[in-house]
Amino acid sequence: MREHLDQQLTRLNHDLIKMGAMVEAIIDKAVTSLKNQDLELAKSIYTDDDAIDEMELKIEKDCLNLIALQQPMAKDLRRIASALKIITDLERIGDHAVNIAKITLDIGNEPLMKPLIDIPKMAEIAQNMIKLSLDAFVNQDIELAKKAAEMDEQVDDLYDTVINEVFNYIQKDSKFLNQGIKLLFVGRYLERVADHTTNICERIVYMVTGERVEIN
Amino acid sequence: MEPILSIRNLNFYYGEHKALKDVNMDIYKNNVTAFIGPSGCGKSTFLRTLNRMNDFIENVKVEGNIIYEGKDIYSKEMEPVELRRRIGMVFQKPNPFPKTIYENIVYGLRKNGVNKKEVLDEVVEKTLKAVALYDEVKDKIHKSALELSGGQQQRLCIARAIAMQPDVVLMDEPTSALDPISTMKIEELVLELKKDYTIIIVTHSMQQAARISDYTAFFLNGEVVEYDETSKIFSNPRDKRTEDYITGRFG
Repeated sequence: MREHLDQQLTRLNHDLIKMGAMVEAIIDKAVTSLKNQDLELAKSIYTDDDAIDEMELKIEKDCLNLIALQQPMAKDLRRIASALKIITDLERIGDHAVNIAKITLDIGNEPLMKPLIDIPKMAEIAQNMIKLSLDAFVNQDIELAKKAAEMDEQVDDLYDTVINEVFNYIQKDSKFLNQGIKLLFVGRYLERVADHTTNICERIVYMVTGERVEIN
Repeated sequence: MEPILSIRNLNFYYGEHKALKDVNMDIYKNNVTAFIGPSGCGKSTFLRTLNRMNDFIENVKVEGNIIYEGKDIYSKEMEPVELRRRIGMVFQKPNPFPKTIYENIVYGLRKNGVNKKEVLDEVVEKTLKAVALYDEVKDKIHKSALELSGGQQQRLCIARAIAMQPDVVLMDEPTSALDPISTMKIEELVLELKKDYTIIIVTHSMQQAARISDYTAFFLNGEVVEYDETSKIFSNPRDKRTEDYITGRFG
């Protein structure tokens, strides 16, 4: 029974995974282009973000249609409501990638004050969080969602390290001030990416159990 | 919250067949309580036990207690006719008497010896207004009720039920014979009426239960599987059987 609804829910799953993969990739691209000072790659992020925005609108429209036409109840309703919230967080992550790209373009070919290590690490963990959270969404796996959310702490710790390191550079020589502030922003954006992913994980717990939780 | 009806360990039998199994429930005052469940689950049978409408069926047996105002409604002190005045009923198909609109509404009052014209006039106007029918029929209240549309007839039947100033109004699928607009009017009416009455409604439409009720009970094979706040039942039911039923994955 309700095969039609089930098919549409499966399609919603696929679209969310697709959007998640796009978001995971855009973060990777943003940090890679910064690290390698690849300005062409940074520019392409704008187009990728447009595609993410379009995907958000598509999923939102599909969710509203499902609610209007199928009158979903209980777990079906929670799944659709969660999807609506999750896409907002994913879309915001896309925006943060654009913010990072802006900084990359701003720094341009000016040499980096040091090779970037912790910022790419933050990005890597955040990407992994996104990936795990979407796996958790698809498999309705609350343990995996919690595990992904707990990784937020690692990102926060790295962010603290980045702040300290940049401060040290600036204290040593004020010529690092301009670029240092920009890199601090990059750290801040990545920290926000991890926070949005934590929101997604909390949504997944709600979707599966009907209970609202705050992880971290 | 104050329960107006407390049902304890209720069993009901049609001959050998046990149609209700150990039902326990508190019905809260000035709330709308909906009973949902598949055909034959016992929801209408249960509704009819609440004002002893099952007394008219032969070879039935009731066990357990239904406490209303501190008394068991199946006890000897309870007079069934008086009980049904206090706990009125509206049926699936509108069933106005083949009389005028006016006489339909005052029927019960006349039966109880109220004949004073001013009193009856006032009740007719008040109840027709309460069921949002007054403007539509005010010029023809002395014409036959059978001239009204189905939706109007059903609102008239609700007016007839509340003219007796009951505490509780039982509604057995009151909109299943009506078109969507008439259904919406009845639903709006139910939401208005709960300010003054306690409403218990059996419905086949889960969306209707979701739209108008405060509490919902899900019945299956004569048992109450789950009884809770409507928002809880429709967003996060506890029992998998409820989940399967309301998400349409039953069976």
